[in-house]
Amino acid sequence: MNRGPLIFLGVFVAMAFSWYGMIVSPQRQIGGQQQATVEPAGIRYPVPRPGLAQRGAEVYRANGCGYCHTQQVRPRGYGSDFERGWGLRMSVAQDFLFEQPAMLGQLRIGPDLANVGMRWNDPQWHYRHLYNPKSTVEKSTMPQFPFLFEMRVIQGDRSPEALDLTGELAPPKGYEVIPKQEARALAAYLISLQSPLSLFEAPIPAEPKKDAEPSTNTVAVSSRNSQMLGLGESLTQ
Amino acid sequence: MNTQPSALANSAGPVSGDSAAAKSRVLQIDRSCRLPLMFLIACSLVWLVAGGFLSLISSIKLHAPGFLSQSSWLTYGRVYPAAMNALWYGFAFQGAMAVALWLMCRLGRAELMGGKGILLGAFFWNVAVKLGVLGILAGASTGHSMLEMPGYVSPLLFVSYCLMGVWALVTFHFRQERQLYVSQWYLVGALFCFPWIFTAAQLLLVFHPVRGTLQAVVSGWYGHALITLWAVPIGLAVLFYFIPKLFGRQLHSRHLAAFGFWTLAAFGGWGGMHAGAPVPRWISSVSIAGGMMMILPLIAVALNWHLTARGAKGPENNQVFRFVQFGAIAFFAASLLDIGGSFRVIGEVTDLTVFTTGVKALYLYGFFGMTIAGAIYYLAPKITGCDWPSDQLAKLHYLGSVVGILVLVLGLVAGGILQGVRINNPEIPFVEAIRSTIPFLGLSTLGGLLLLAANLAFLVNVIRLLALCCCTNCFASNRSPAGSGPAAAGANL
Ligand code: HEC
Repeated sequence: MNRGPLIFLGVFVAMAFSWYGMIVSPQRQIGGQQQATVEPAGIRYPVPRPGLAQRGAEVYRANGCGYCHTQQVRPRGYGSDFERGWGLRMSVAQDFLFEQPAMLGQLRIGPDLANVGMRWNDPQWHYRHLYNPKSTVEKSTMPQFPFLFEMRVIQGDRSPEALDLTGELAPPKGYEVIPKQEARALAAYLISLQSPLSLFEAPIPAEPKKDAEPSTNTVAVSSRNSQMLGLGESLTQ
Repeated sequence: MNTQPSALANSAGPVSGDSAAAKSRVLQIDRSCRLPLMFLIACSLVWLVAGGFLSLISSIKLHAPGFLSQSSWLTYGRVYPAAMNALWYGFAFQGAMAVALWLMCRLGRAELMGGKGILLGAFFWNVAVKLGVLGILAGASTGHSMLEMPGYVSPLLFVSYCLMGVWALVTFHFRQERQLYVSQWYLVGALFCFPWIFTAAQLLLVFHPVRGTLQAVVSGWYGHALITLWAVPIGLAVLFYFIPKLFGRQLHSRHLAAFGFWTLAAFGGWGGMHAGAPVPRWISSVSIAGGMMMILPLIAVALNWHLTARGAKGPENNQVFRFVQFGAIAFFAASLLDIGGSFRVIGEVTDLTVFTTGVKALYLYGFFGMTIAGAIYYLAPKITGCDWPSDQLAKLHYLGSVVGILVLVLGLVAGGILQGVRINNPEIPFVEAIRSTIPFLGLSTLGGLLLLAANLAFLVNVIRLLALCCCTNCFASNRSPAGSGPAAAGANL
């Protein structure tokens, strides 16, 4: 091994193999993936995100929420993602088809958010939580994001969007805290994070409980959300 | 430091000859490195301190959520990636480049070529990293781990890297000593791998993005390869140089070294996806298998060093040796933790926790940083012709680093295991699970603080060395260039 070119060539070949194996073949396998038709309702899944929520994804990226939150439900029996109610089924590649960038995350300092829209679907809750997480979750260790909000003098009537803050967090008299456009977008994005549909590769196990339909209450919740977001009724039938 | 028996003089490798001619040749070689390398080293250490400061802020935020929360620029999700980018691209790359260039020169017995080009490259590299880190703080991150710097800086990064790297290869090409030493294999490999993985990842993530979870596959692969195919080979090149040299022995086996080298090259690029990720299952399985195969190069390297050093006593009271030794041990510890974490049963707990952060910190600070620091303690006096101004600062640097790294990594690794166990137990409410890791996160903040202080001491020492070098060389220019410097330099180390 005294020849430079030989080393070079060897490393090149080794790299080429791993590059082919880890990058090219996954791309060939799922790079051309399309929306799937989910039976029985014939929904095309995933549904593209409406504009406001899409801008929220940018806020999520810019502020690095993904350094504390994952968006991936691990398979049943691997970890306790199901038991914690982070999703009805595991996340699969199909769920992320339109994500740009795909923010799967690498750390769980906070809960998984792949289906947070199914747990918290009220923008007001998200506003208060983002403004100061302790206002909704008493012992929260999540950082505050006051810069997504504006404190202003109440002019005329109190804004319907103003945050309901009590105790220490309440703004001074005559002031109100309202979400900036970024916070509105972010809340819309968070509410849009839900994958309630059973897919071929990741079926939602039928619950042995009362209803034959899988997990009725979640569907009810997501029905409200998706109407709110204009996702179309089709998603929830 | 030429204390080795002259029987070893004619072989390629770190053990160099004794004659006066050889000495003056070495002197010439070292001098040719002075300006570009000291620039790279100084910049690298400034980034080390800046990055350490940013990561300290982010670390505090994990247990004090209200800390510095008013400004969007200092929110956790920006400061943390800014710190990582400052440390990797600012500190690690420039430090590595400096040491790699010097090794190329010394091992090839050739003067450094293209000093001006390297300076230019280093200058633009710094501009790019600065723009990139500011971009992240301003919210322009790409959102891809380890590649957060906004798309507009990556061409600049690439070009300035090539400006520097190409001279390493030119110097290598025109080497006088034709026989190659193990370190040179690793350097050639690493210098070539980085532009490959970097362009591949940038093209597929930023300029012509692949869809959906494939992005996570690409960025995971990049993050993995950045450690296994860039940081590890550079660090190993340094260790393969210094271990035989400091023990005054020849490397035990070239064949074993070749085995280690090729297994690393073959398996290093297969990784980056943890089990249970939303990608086709085989990708995670291949990643896991690739991670486990890293045991082969690890064993080969460990055995080789062990057999090289067996029965010999390392030099006493030697600053270079201390750092290099710690670096070597940290390499084994980090690799073992990494390999351990790639088993499914262990990964179920440690994936997605600060355990992985801890392992990365051990690679970066423990293995890479300490190894590079050891090399800098050796080479800086030689290329400047001046002794280190302060032994005290050097000792402080060592002590602070050792304690700091141990506390930091212990906090993250133990905290991460606790975090994983608690999160996997659905009986415990999530917030309680996270709260129970706070003491460990606090420990890691403490470690980060010590480390920052240690690195500050290092930076001050280097700045004083530069000042000394300027005084003796630039202002007293009528002194003979081969003054008392280099022969005495490093004698107290
Ligand atoms: C330093 C880590 C950290 C960062 C950064 C962070 N979070 Fe959190 N997040 C947490 C923790 C810890 C919790 C759990 C406590 C709570 O609910 O407040 C949490 C909880 C949440 C929840 C509630 C989840 C649930 O199931 O109850 C949402 C929604 C959320 N975060 C959104 C965000 C968004 C959006 C951002 C970025 C603007 C963000 N987080 C940034 C740590 C973080």
